[in-house]
Amino acid sequence: MNPFDFERATDTAGAVASVADRPDAVFLAGGTNLVDHLKLGVAEPALVVDINRLDLTDIEELADGGLRIGAMVRNSDAAADPRIRRDYPMLSRALLSGASGQLRNAATMGGNLLQRTRCVYFQDTTTPCNKREPGSGCSAIGGYTRYHAILGASADCVATHPSDMAVALTALDAEVVVLGPTGERRIPVTELHRLPGDRPEQDTVLEHGELITALELPCARMGRSTYRKIRDRASYAFALVSVAARVDVDASGPAPIIRETSIALGGVAHKPWRARAAEAVLRGAEPTAETFLAAADAELEAAEPLEGNSFKIPMTRGAITTVLAELTGASEDLPETTTEDAHE
Amino acid sequence: MSDLLTTTSVGTHQVRLDGPDKVRGRAPYAYEHPLTDPLYLYPLQAEIARGRAAHIDASAAEAAEGVVYVLTADNAPELASTDDGELAILRSAEIGFRGQYLGAVIATTPEQARHAAELVDITYDQDDHDVELREDHPAAREPESGSGDVRTGDVDTALAEAAVSIDERYSTPMEHNNPMEPHTTVARWDGDSLTLWTSTQGVHPARSTLAPVLGVEQEKIRIISPHVGGGFGSKGLPHADMMLTALAAQAVPGRPVKYAVTRQQMFSITGYRAPTLQHIRLGARADGTLTAFAYDAISMSSQTKEFPEESTKPGRMMYAGDNRRLTQRVVPLDVPVPSWMRAPGEAPGMVGLEIAMDELAVAAGLDPIELRVRNDPTTDPDTGLPFNQRRLVDCLREGADRFGWEKRNPQPRTRQENGWFIGMGVASATYPAGRQPGSVARIRRTPEGFEVSIGAADLGTGTWTVLSQTAADALGVPIGQVDLRIGDTALPNATVAGGSTGLASWSTAIVSAAQELRSEHGADPAIGAEAQGEAEANPAAEKFALHSFGAHFAEVRIQPTTGEIRLDRMFGMFSAGQIVNPSTARSQLIGGMTMGVGMALHEKGELDPRFGHVVNHDLAEYHVPVNADITDIEADWLDEKDPHAGPLGARGVGEIGIVGAAAAIANAAFNATGVRVRDLPIFGDAFLPT
Repeated sequence: MNPFDFERATDTAGAVASVADRPDAVFLAGGTNLVDHLKLGVAEPALVVDINRLDLTDIEELADGGLRIGAMVRNSDAAADPRIRRDYPMLSRALLSGASGQLRNAATMGGNLLQRTRCVYFQDTTTPCNKREPGSGCSAIGGYTRYHAILGASADCVATHPSDMAVALTALDAEVVVLGPTGERRIPVTELHRLPGDRPEQDTVLEHGELITALELPCARMGRSTYRKIRDRASYAFALVSVAARVDVDASGPAPIIRETSIALGGVAHKPWRARAAEAVLRGAEPTAETFLAAADAELEAAEPLEGNSFKIPMTRGAITTVLAELTGASEDLPETTTEDAHE
Repeated sequence: MSDLLTTTSVGTHQVRLDGPDKVRGRAPYAYEHPLTDPLYLYPLQAEIARGRAAHIDASAAEAAEGVVYVLTADNAPELASTDDGELAILRSAEIGFRGQYLGAVIATTPEQARHAAELVDITYDQDDHDVELREDHPAAREPESGSGDVRTGDVDTALAEAAVSIDERYSTPMEHNNPMEPHTTVARWDGDSLTLWTSTQGVHPARSTLAPVLGVEQEKIRIISPHVGGGFGSKGLPHADMMLTALAAQAVPGRPVKYAVTRQQMFSITGYRAPTLQHIRLGARADGTLTAFAYDAISMSSQTKEFPEESTKPGRMMYAGDNRRLTQRVVPLDVPVPSWMRAPGEAPGMVGLEIAMDELAVAAGLDPIELRVRNDPTTDPDTGLPFNQRRLVDCLREGADRFGWEKRNPQPRTRQENGWFIGMGVASATYPAGRQPGSVARIRRTPEGFEVSIGAADLGTGTWTVLSQTAADALGVPIGQVDLRIGDTALPNATVAGGSTGLASWSTAIVSAAQELRSEHGADPAIGAEAQGEAEANPAAEKFALHSFGAHFAEVRIQPTTGEIRLDRMFGMFSAGQIVNPSTARSQLIGGMTMGVGMALHEKGELDPRFGHVVNHDLAEYHVPVNADITDIEADWLDEKDPHAGPLGARGVGEIGIVGAAAAIANAAFNATGVRVRDLPIFGDAFLPT
């Protein structure tokens, strides 16, 4: 824990200027992640700029039918918003599956996107970690990896992104609105987070001083959607694997056909993982157990499990197929390949 | 048989007397006693598991703002005794485990202390360490403080000749007590006197443990601990944090030094349940009656101080069988010091044994309840003594009836709802009914009623309430006339709140004091009249094997495609003698069962062998059950009084709730899926295709 200066920002441009001016400055929103890191010595900023008084707390309908959510809207408020519950149920469910009631009351939409990995070695300053201290090594490789990546990892980092909300936003094709020292820009959530590569210290593509001011959801699309989280206990646990999925089935023809779908996975990679390979298999196909399995396997073809998390492959496969069956009403069971059932 | 007290308040529902103060924030915990001009401590901890702290440079820390003192082995006060390796801290540069205290910083604010601790530069001289427990470890040895092996008959022949047998290995992991209130001590030296406001399961045992190490007369130490936010054994004996605070405070006489152990530090400083490896072989006749019982167990211990987690303990007395062999070994490793955690020995032991019994039932084609009934011994197989009240079979039968056991299909993987497999399991519970000698109660007549003083502890368990109920009945007055005083060494001596002995021990002293008061001062003592009574050793312990029993029933559901396992419902039926307060007893029992759910499904300290410490060392990563995991859990008990337990006829209920609970869940998981998990905890991975 280091001493630091503290400022309370009163306007957004001022907040951005304060942080941009000093390389060791950070924004403080809900504090549910940063304050832990200050205590643990994981984060050692010299200046903390509190943005809790900024006027970024509205949820507004956009002209194109979408929704704009202020970055400082609390997770609880977003999850309870009737428009989000009606038009983006997977987002509401994802929010409610994260953390605890008390944490959701404090956590903000912008902060949730930027929470850092729960890798135990990242959070422990007595063990090497490339993300915390570039070049020091990755302790997770060869260590405790139950919550680590099976997709998109590198030799330098196998951490996962812990947010549930971000997985839903990834499937929803949401965008973040970002204000920086040189002005405003928009970034699709699918491109906000990075894969670790050889720079795992960089979680996102945000530049220093850039502040997320809002999230924008496109107009709600057709189909059914949900968020399913697989975890080691019934609540208050990070995802081992999660699935945000939307499926739109065209039932007008002789056989139902999947018209459109979007799927994102949590708990499997350094970023919320958009399952485009699975989507490609599903699009235009008949919603059957075989299709779902083929879709899951297409996505998992690139999976490289670590010593301690190979279970995530069947778990992810099971989560994808179960969710798709639920959303389409199709049977989850594959046709019997044998009639010789066990009998005793 | 002792005379049983005539009860009026005992046995009835009584709300917690300390409840209103607790919910209003008026019940002071250790950190909260209002004290003048306190200082704050933050420790220095070893970042290697074995070697030496070759050099400690504290100059930057000493120069930091607010820092008053930096304590290390170089300037630590002498200790009078170093016999207890856990408490003999800061003696040298040697490091025996990662996380070991190497010193402390005292500063004006907690933040300054924590910051300055990071500024201390420690140079290490690192040796190879060994933190991995394995069955064939060459350092395995018989514990110095163990119960000894059991060898009766010819186990190997009996196993070879058995009609039915099983031969399996079971394991339980490192588990961490994690009471909600962390270990906390405030220490202040005034001349040669020390006052400790701390969080302990026994003020007098803590004092008698610390005094000889510090080289101070017991009378010079006062320990105050009126409220304790959970202990689960981890506050049963003083750990190094209490020593560190007491030593550091010597540098600042007259000023209180406060130290609340952080959650992360608790995983290396305040004790834990050592992992166990259990090899169990059972042989039986075709009718299921046991002929061979072999139980070889190993537990992890520490080079710093031995602690045997004797998982074989319940196996010594649980079931019949002529040919028996039980061996218990420990492997001392470069790890933190294990200690008591709720039902040490019994809790992990009844994982292996009760899953093994379930496996034997399957092998014999018997209902698991029937198997246990057929192996219920009439006398204690360990001591040969008759049991006080062995009502295991009553608990199994009554519990089965209440739970709806008849709906269970003995064939696994046969019941499915909405894609989830559902199964039921059963396991037995047992715990010794101990009573410790030496507790003293003092009762004084006051204008308002009676002041009852005893240095007992309330860990949130209900001691304030049940001892008031006991005193009311012992004195024959309403509970409102009892003014109970506990949690202070200024009060008469009390034994530890541990081993489920607290209630039986302290209540015996209180009933004795009330009898003394009557015999010395008549039925209506004058104001100011007082008397003391002491709890003697339980004479029945020489004639009877004294134990409580119980039976756990669990129903779980498992999603075969995602592996998720959830507890649907659980019921425990117990035989624990007189229940003094149904409300607090129920809380204790379902609390123990809930901790058993954690054992079964969640808890595992992930000890990284490369570094030598538990890496999931906080409550976000080390899981215990949350409310959503415990949807339907209930406990009940047989209506009985134990004539051999003491004047209340009550045996303790602090521990029996956890014993066997995890096995019932593991057995239910097998019934649901046909997958037998023998290594706890049961993660969903076990049910997924590979």
